[in-house]
Amino acid sequence: MTTETLPQNKKASNQRQMITGIVLLAIGLLMFVLFARGTQPGQEAKFGMNLSNNAETIPIPDLILPVQPSLYALIAITIFLGGWQLARGIRSTGLLIGIVAFSFVAAFLIWATKDQSFNLVGMLSSSLVRATPIALAALCGVISERAAVVNIGIEGTMLLAAEAAVVFATVTNNLWVGLLTAILTGGLIAAIHAILVIRFRVDQIVSGVAINIFGTGTTSFLSSRFLEKNIDALNNSGTFQIIPLPLLSKIPIIGPIFFQNNIIVYLMIILVVIIHILLFYTPWGLRTRAVGEHPKAADTLGINVYFMRYVNVIIGGMIAGLGGAYFTIGSVGRFDQDMTAGKGFIGLAAMIFGKWNPIGAFSSSLIFGFADSLQVKMQILGVNIPSEFLQMAPYIVTIIVLTGIVGRAIPPAADGTPYEKQ
Amino acid sequence: MTTVLELRGITKSFPGVLANDDVNLTLEQGEIHALLGENGAGKTTLMNILYGLYKPDKGEILVQGKKVDVQDPNDAIAHGIGMVHQHFMLIPVMTVTENVMLGVEPTLNGIFLDKDKVAKHIREISEQYGLEVDPNAYIKDLPVGIQQRVEIIKVLYRQADILILDEPTAVLTPQEVEGLFKILQTLIDKGKSIIFITHKLKEVMAVADRITVLRVGRTVGTVSPKEVTLEKLASMMVGREVNLVVRKKLAQPKGPALEVKDLYVRDERKNMVVNGVSFDVRKGEVLGVAGVQGNGQTELVYALTGLLPAESGELILLGQPVRHTTPRAIIERGVAHIPEDRQKHGLQLSFPLYDNFILCNYYLPPFAKGISMQQSVIVSNGEKLIKQFDVRTPNVSMNASTLSGGNQQKVIIGREFSRPIELLIASQPTRGLDVGSIEYIHNRIIEKRDEGTAILLVSSELDEILALSDRIAVMYRGQIMDIVEASKASKEYLGLLMAGIKPAEAQKVTPKSAKTTEAERVF
Repeated sequence: MTTETLPQNKKASNQRQMITGIVLLAIGLLMFVLFARGTQPGQEAKFGMNLSNNAETIPIPDLILPVQPSLYALIAITIFLGGWQLARGIRSTGLLIGIVAFSFVAAFLIWATKDQSFNLVGMLSSSLVRATPIALAALCGVISERAAVVNIGIEGTMLLAAEAAVVFATVTNNLWVGLLTAILTGGLIAAIHAILVIRFRVDQIVSGVAINIFGTGTTSFLSSRFLEKNIDALNNSGTFQIIPLPLLSKIPIIGPIFFQNNIIVYLMIILVVIIHILLFYTPWGLRTRAVGEHPKAADTLGINVYFMRYVNVIIGGMIAGLGGAYFTIGSVGRFDQDMTAGKGFIGLAAMIFGKWNPIGAFSSSLIFGFADSLQVKMQILGVNIPSEFLQMAPYIVTIIVLTGIVGRAIPPAADGTPYEKQ
Repeated sequence: MTTVLELRGITKSFPGVLANDDVNLTLEQGEIHALLGENGAGKTTLMNILYGLYKPDKGEILVQGKKVDVQDPNDAIAHGIGMVHQHFMLIPVMTVTENVMLGVEPTLNGIFLDKDKVAKHIREISEQYGLEVDPNAYIKDLPVGIQQRVEIIKVLYRQADILILDEPTAVLTPQEVEGLFKILQTLIDKGKSIIFITHKLKEVMAVADRITVLRVGRTVGTVSPKEVTLEKLASMMVGREVNLVVRKKLAQPKGPALEVKDLYVRDERKNMVVNGVSFDVRKGEVLGVAGVQGNGQTELVYALTGLLPAESGELILLGQPVRHTTPRAIIERGVAHIPEDRQKHGLQLSFPLYDNFILCNYYLPPFAKGISMQQSVIVSNGEKLIKQFDVRTPNVSMNASTLSGGNQQKVIIGREFSRPIELLIASQPTRGLDVGSIEYIHNRIIEKRDEGTAILLVSSELDEILALSDRIAVMYRGQIMDIVEASKASKEYLGLLMAGIKPAEAQKVTPKSAKTTEAERVF
């Protein structure tokens, strides 16, 4: 409220600064106990910097790190930051958390890789791939909620789209038909949600839950009744090929991560950019945000609130449909029950973490994708942690993120409330 | 003079209410036409019809002599009609430019918003009409007075010739009101015509060229301010004689009922909104807390009534310190509270009136005996209070939600005044009420004062503070700027404090005290 610093506020921020400082020191200590303690001098960790069997990219040498010195260096960084925070305070909490999180993850990787080799670029590349459905779900959430319609039915929408995609692609023997079907399915489900919540003012959460239950139930039923018995006729579509982008794919590290992917991953990245531009630099975006913040104000300026909401929710659904297509025709070429495994919900977490901003949502999707990819690789590496715990990683990250570790995100002011014209 | 706008025989009914009944209004080129009426008289309904937000059941609208059909705000805008709404239609997280361009966005290449063009246009409008504002500022950072300018710019940007201002002064400090009146004059000089909706008599007399009075949906008449007196206007508005001046004897204050020392309070979002406030309220006096809304008054009252915990500071109630306590404990010490939001904190809307009358003491005899409620006692108590406090309702078992604002407030006053109290905390006690109810509530508050109750009155209406208070404290950004004797306070000085000018600075501009005549005490 006031620009002057108030004595009480200062006290509170001092307290917060102390707590953060102590937490950082504790993390440094934890890193020592967990990782550094059991290492011997002379151990090395080898990180692969090339995709295996990849002729596209110019090869570069692998990264070989001495385990003990690297760990001590990372621990020193964390302890130093903790001490600095206690003594002086650091302005940018985001940067602080970023550096410490990086140190912790790096220390973990180095520890897990000691005396072994681990393909780092391979994992980063799979992080992006695994982030794709999460990012698409998050984009769906962003453009619906920017127009103030909450859509928690993304999970169910993606399941339905995933199944529709594989069936149509198999039957027509054309992946593009499958892709189109998925997008249309997503749009259709979202249209139903839109009609329910905009026209009939059904509670948005109730409608979303109904879509999730409907999606899970229907896809499981169809899958066990038809797909499992006719795998070749209905549930074996093949997948989109990887399209290396000319020249770009040759760049070491970046090439294999970003420029050797299939069409759905590329579409996701393009959509992130396009929706960001649309939302913040075009009349459509301005109106969408207006409708999400203060629908009555938009209405008095002659903007059709209902129309904007329908359009946004349906486009959002189509994007979620694309996300659904990733699971089947973009990844494994067949449908399994509940194969989305909560990615729709994690997408909503990514949306919140990304502060309802497309690029933010994409970045946080990458974190979730990274956690997901990490747990798979760790299992392969044979780390001495039960695989059940590793599988929890993406969800634990979700919970930590949602507890508001990086400041409270403010949703669009009218988010979740129906608009009633008098 | 040419007629730019004419409303003929506008009739509009809502379920159970005839909001407009054959209303006629003409607006001449270059005049400020005030539309005066109590709350619920149908002023806003009429203007919403004109602006295309409601559809009339009957009647026609003529712009420049031609009959027009206004289906939605787009039509109104196309006919050169613009509206500044009572509750601003601005999006706080967007910039001035974005708010102004919303709905009529010029683009570059047909795709990208051309914000620079709009910003330039805004600067031109600012210059032309003396409406200074930074096009790149965010609305949430602007004071209310400037936000109103943005609303006016929005209308001018759409090239409106007819401006409707709905209760434009409700949220402004006295100085901001002065500024607004100057802007209106500039607009008139540049050939615009204005409809000015209000229920404040003094403003109408100051600014209007003609006045049309509405009462319960009907036009009472159109008069010129030169021909009428305040009393005449008030009786046209209310339909009976109204006593506009609160008559009260000099206060006879005794010992302090409430002492507040260095109080700090955080709001629900954890912002410190009361920053070290100290004052006392003595028995038998009214301490008025003036200030533009949102300067910590709400949270101050919450802290005093136990609805929010105080961060630090000391509260002494009737000689005993109050710490870590509940609203019930505070009520039991003899504190009455007329809350700011009567529907949220004052009443249980879905309960019948008789239950609403016992919300403070339902657990005590005679209303409760052990674990059972004494229904017959409760109902007869309700019936008694309805008569005593003049609540207009068919019967005592109606739900509180069915009552008008004024009658709801009377129910709260009935409940709070019917038990023995030492301190009354009244927050915006007459907000949104009509002149008749205001008169009633003011008289009741003064009666309580004369019985020796200490009264803390919080109001954003400076006129109300001046009319009732014995001492006046001005709050700005969570601090008390100054406390002055009401009988000697000058309105200009208080207004400057409300705008955040330090007492020493304010005294350089205007004397701290002034003799106010009785006419100036009209509320």
